[in-house]
Amino acid sequence: MSEGIDEVLRRELQRQGIWVTSMQELYNWGRKNSIWPLQFGLACCAIEMIATAASRYDIARFGGEVFRPSPRQADLMIVAGTVTKKMAPQIVRLYNQMADPKYVIAMGACAISGGPFKQGYNVLKGIDRYIPVDVYIPGCPPRPEALLHAFMELQRKIDEQKLSGSDKAAHLDPEQPSEFPVPSFGKHDLEPPANPDVFRPMVIERG
Amino acid sequence: MEALEQIKARVEAAVPAAKIEIVQNASPSQQHSLMIDNEHARDVAKWLRDDPALRLDFCSDVTGVDWLDRTLKKTIKVKKVVDGEEKEVTETTEEKIPGYIEAVYHLYSMTHKHGPVIIRMRTPDRGENSRLPSLMPIWRSAEFQEREIFDLYGVKFDGHPDLRRILMWDEFEDYPMRKDYREPDDYEYEPTPHDDVVEKAKRYYASRPQSDGAEGIVEGAKPA
Repeated sequence: MSEGIDEVLRRELQRQGIWVTSMQELYNWGRKNSIWPLQFGLACCAIEMIATAASRYDIARFGGEVFRPSPRQADLMIVAGTVTKKMAPQIVRLYNQMADPKYVIAMGACAISGGPFKQGYNVLKGIDRYIPVDVYIPGCPPRPEALLHAFMELQRKIDEQKLSGSDKAAHLDPEQPSEFPVPSFGKHDLEPPANPDVFRPMVIERG
Repeated sequence: MEALEQIKARVEAAVPAAKIEIVQNASPSQQHSLMIDNEHARDVAKWLRDDPALRLDFCSDVTGVDWLDRTLKKTIKVKKVVDGEEKEVTETTEEKIPGYIEAVYHLYSMTHKHGPVIIRMRTPDRGENSRLPSLMPIWRSAEFQEREIFDLYGVKFDGHPDLRRILMWDEFEDYPMRKDYREPDDYEYEPTPHDDVVEKAKRYYASRPQSDGAEGIVEGAKPA
C-alpha cells in the first residue's frame, strides 16, 4: 500500500507495536470510512436506499450512516430514482453546493439512463448528462446489497486516489471544475439537453 | 342508483336549457357517460351535486381526452337507375369531424355510497377555442386535475382561480399529452429497441449515421 517501505518490514514493525503509514494512506483511510451521503431520494430507489440505511443492511458498517440534510456537509450524492427534467436543475444545484471532495452514485436504471421512462418527454436520460458519476448501479430498483457494493466500490476508488503527482485526485487539482452549469428550463426541453464537457455517450462503430 | 337515462331526464327537467347527450361506451366496462353542453355545465354540475337522490359530492377524477380531426367513411348501397336498368350501387360518403378535446369527470356520492356517474364536456376545437368552463367551484377536488389537463392538453378552464402548469415548468410551451405532440429530438442509443423506438433509431441513423446522443452534443461525443 504505502510506497517507499517494504511490506515485510512494515508487517514486522507492526508486530512490534510500531505502525508505519503514509499521509496519503491515513487521509484516504479516514475519508473512505466516513462518507456522508446527502439525504434525498427521488423515487422507489430511495426506498431501497432507506432500507440500506436501516438496521437489516446497515450502511453504518461502512461509515455511511450519517445522512446529511445539507449539501454543505455531504460527501456523496446518491441519485436514487427517476430524475425528471423539472428536477434536474435542482440536482445539479445541490451537487454544486456540495464541498469538495464529492462523489456521485447513480442508483438504478432511471438515474443511469432514464430507465423505463427513457422515451418519455419528461424524464432526463441519465444524470451523467450534467454531473460526473463515479459509480453506476444497474437495477430497477437495485437491492440494498447492490448499493452496499457500489458503496464499497466507491471506497476502493477513494482509497486509490493520489494526494500528489500528475495523477492526483481531481478535487486537488485547481484546474478541474467542481461546479457544473445548471441547465435552464427551455420552451421544449432543458437547455442545454446535456453538458458536452461531462457527457460523452458511447459511439457506435458502424462498418 | 338510478339509470343514466333517468338522470338525463331529471337533469333536463331541472335545467331546461341544458343540452345533454348520452355517450355510449361499447367496451366491457359499459360506463356510459353524459355529455353536457359547456354553457350550462356549471348548472348541471351543481344540480348533480345537490340533488337529494344523487348527491354526487365527490369528484374523484378529471381526465383529458384528445380527439384529432378524423374522417368518417360510410358505405351505403343505393339503388340507382343506370342505362335504364335499376342496379345496386355502393356509394361512399366521407364526413369530416373536426378535432376536439374532452374533459371527463368521474363523480361519486359519499353520502349515498354510489357511483360513478361520468360526465364529459367538449371543447369547440383543438386550437384557440380549446376552452371549457371550470367545475372547480362545484367540486374543489377538480382544482389540481383541471390544472393538469391545462398543462398536458392545453385546455383553458374559464373560472378556474389559479390556472398554471402543474407538472411541467412554467416556461414550457407544448402540451405533451396531445396526440400531435412531438418530443425534442434527443434520441440516444438503445441496445434493445422495439416498436416506435426502432423507427426512431432508423430515422436517426439515416440522417446522421456516425453520431449518437442528444442534439447539439455530437461534437463532444466523437471518439478520442
